Amino acid sequence: MTETALQAHRPRKGPLALPNSDVVPASLTAPLTGLPRFLILCFVAALVMVPLLATALGGFKELGELRTNPFGLPKVWQWENYRGILASARYWRILGNSLFISAVTVALTLAVAAPAAFAFAHLRFFGQRFLFNYFILGLTFPFATAILPLFIKVRDLGLLDTHWGIILPQVAFSQALSILLMRNAFRQLPAELLDAALVDGCGYMRFFLWITLPLSRPILATVAVITFVVSWNNFLLPLVVINTNAKYPWTLGLMDYQGEFIVAWQLILAFITLTILPAVMMFVLAQRYIVSGLTAGAVKG
Amino acid sequence: MADTTAPPQSQASYVRSGGLTALIFLPPALTLFTVFVILPIGEAGWYGFYNWNGLAALDNFVGLENYRQLLANKTFHQAFINNLLIIAVSLAVQLPLALGMAVLLADRLIGSTAFRMLFFLPYILADVAAGLIWRFMFDGDYGLISQTWQALGGDPLYILADRHWAYAAVLTVIVWKYFGFHMMLYIAGLQNIDRNLYEAASIDGASPWQRFRFITLPGLKPMIKLSVFFSLLGSLQFFDMIVSLTGGGPLNSSHTMVSFLYYFGIGRMRIGFGSAVGVLLFILCATVAFGYKRWLMRDDND
Repeated sequence: MTETALQAHRPRKGPLALPNSDVVPASLTAPLTGLPRFLILCFVAALVMVPLLATALGGFKELGELRTNPFGLPKVWQWENYRGILASARYWRILGNSLFISAVTVALTLAVAAPAAFAFAHLRFFGQRFLFNYFILGLTFPFATAILPLFIKVRDLGLLDTHWGIILPQVAFSQALSILLMRNAFRQLPAELLDAALVDGCGYMRFFLWITLPLSRPILATVAVITFVVSWNNFLLPLVVINTNAKYPWTLGLMDYQGEFIVAWQLILAFITLTILPAVMMFVLAQRYIVSGLTAGAVKG
Repeated sequence: MADTTAPPQSQASYVRSGGLTALIFLPPALTLFTVFVILPIGEAGWYGFYNWNGLAALDNFVGLENYRQLLANKTFHQAFINNLLIIAVSLAVQLPLALGMAVLLADRLIGSTAFRMLFFLPYILADVAAGLIWRFMFDGDYGLISQTWQALGGDPLYILADRHWAYAAVLTVIVWKYFGFHMMLYIAGLQNIDRNLYEAASIDGASPWQRFRFITLPGLKPMIKLSVFFSLLGSLQFFDMIVSLTGGGPLNSSHTMVSFLYYFGIGRMRIGFGSAVGVLLFILCATVAFGYKRWLMRDDND
C-alpha cells in the first residue's frame, strides 16, 4: 500500500528530511507554538529520560545509596561497579556473541534475499507471481507463532545450542520484508540500463553484481539496519535455542546476570547501562540513518 | 502489503527470459524460508492434535483436546485479556501521545530534531533491557517510583508484586518504549501533506485546531491505519518484556499469549499444547493482516 504513499522517501531523506518550502521557522502544522509547546515537549522528554538517567547514575552508587539518595548524583562515584564489569570476560563475550550472530545474519540475509529480489524485479519465469506471494506470506508471522516447531526443527537439524540455530531462522524470517523492500527498489532502476546491458552481451548475473547492487546501496543499508537491530535485540529465539552460558548473546547474558545478582541493583544497573551502550552509541552516531531505516522499512513493508 | 503494482510497461521490452538465472537466484531464499518459516507453521497445526513432550514417538493423537484445555484455561483467558489491554492502551494512550508529539515536532521549530531523537531512543533498546530498567523503577525497596511515593509520605509501593497493578506497569513501559516509533510514522506522514493547504486555510481564517482537524487528521489517515496495524501485530507477539519485567507473575496475572506459550508450552515440554497456542496466534495474525488489507481497500474505493 504504502509504496505509493511514500514513494518519494529514499532512506537518506526519510522522515527527518524537512520540506524545502519550509525555510521560515514558523509552523503551519502545530496547533501550539512557543513556550507552551516547549514545556509540553520538556515534560515528555523528562518522562523518557528519567528511567535511563536513573539507571546510568544508579550504576555509580552503592546499594544503600539507592535508598538514601534516590534522586541526586552519587555522593561518591563508584567507578568500581563499571570497572569490574568492563574487566570481566563475561561482558565482552556476550557482546561478541551478539555481534557475530548479528553480523552473519545481516550478511546472509543480504546474500540470499538480494538475488531473490532481483529475480522478482527483473526476470520472468514460471510461477513468479505465486512464489512472490508465497514469500509475502511471511510478513505477518512472527517467530512466536512457530517457536515450538522451530525449536524441534533446530534440534532435529542438530543446531541446538549453536549460533547457527539462531542465525538461520533469523535469516529465514527476514526474507519476506527484505525481498519486498529490495524488489521495489530494484524496479526503480531505469529500464534502459538493463536493455543496454543485455544488448551489449552482459548477462543477468554480471548486471546484478556490477550494476544493480552498487546502484542500490541505500536499500541494502536499510535492510541491513533493520536486520541488524532485530537480531541484536532478539531474545525469544536464543532463549529457546541456546543452553550454554558461554554462547549467550547479550540479551540472555543480561537476564542471566540479573538472575545471579538479584538484589545487587547497583551492579545490575551498571550492567544494563554497559550492555545497552553499544546500541545507544550507534544510534547517536548514525541516528538519521537508523531512524529512517527503521521507519522507512516499516512504512514500505 | 502484497504485490499490487504491475511492472512498468517498458520492462516488457527486455524481459524475455531469465528463467535459468532464476534457478540460481531463488533456491537459497526459497529453501531457508520454507524450512524455517513455512514448515514450522504447518507443523504447529499438526503437533497441536497430539499430546507430545517432543521426545517420545508422535503417536498420542488427542484430537481437539489441546484446544479444549486451552480455551478452558483461566491463565490463558487472562493472557488473552492482557493482549487486548495492550491494544486498548495503544489506541487510547499511545496513539494520541504519538500523534500529539508528531504534530509538535513535524516542522522546523526550536529543538525539533533533538526531541525526535530523544523520543525515538527507547524504541531502539531491546525489550529485555527496557523491562529490567523499569523493574528497577518499580522496585518497592530501591525503585524511583516507590521512593517518590515515600518522599510524599506514603508506604513503599510493591507494584510488581501486586497482581492488580503489575500489568499496569507493563502497559506503562509499552507506551514509554513504543510511542516514539509511532511518532516517527506520523512525522513521515505529515511530510506528505501539501503545505499549501495549510497556507490556504490560514488565509481563510482557519484556527490552528481547525487546521489540525480538517487537514492534518484526514491527511494522516493512512499512517494512522498503519500505526494501528503495528500495534495489533506488536500486541500479538509481545513477550520479551514480560520475562524481564514481571516473569508473568504475580500469580500468572501478567502473561501475554506468547509468554503463556513459552512458560506452559516450552517450559513444561508440552509441545502439542504449546503448538495449539501457536496455531491460535497464527489465526489471529492472519485475521489482523487480512482485516487490515480489507480496511485499506475499502477506503481506497471511497
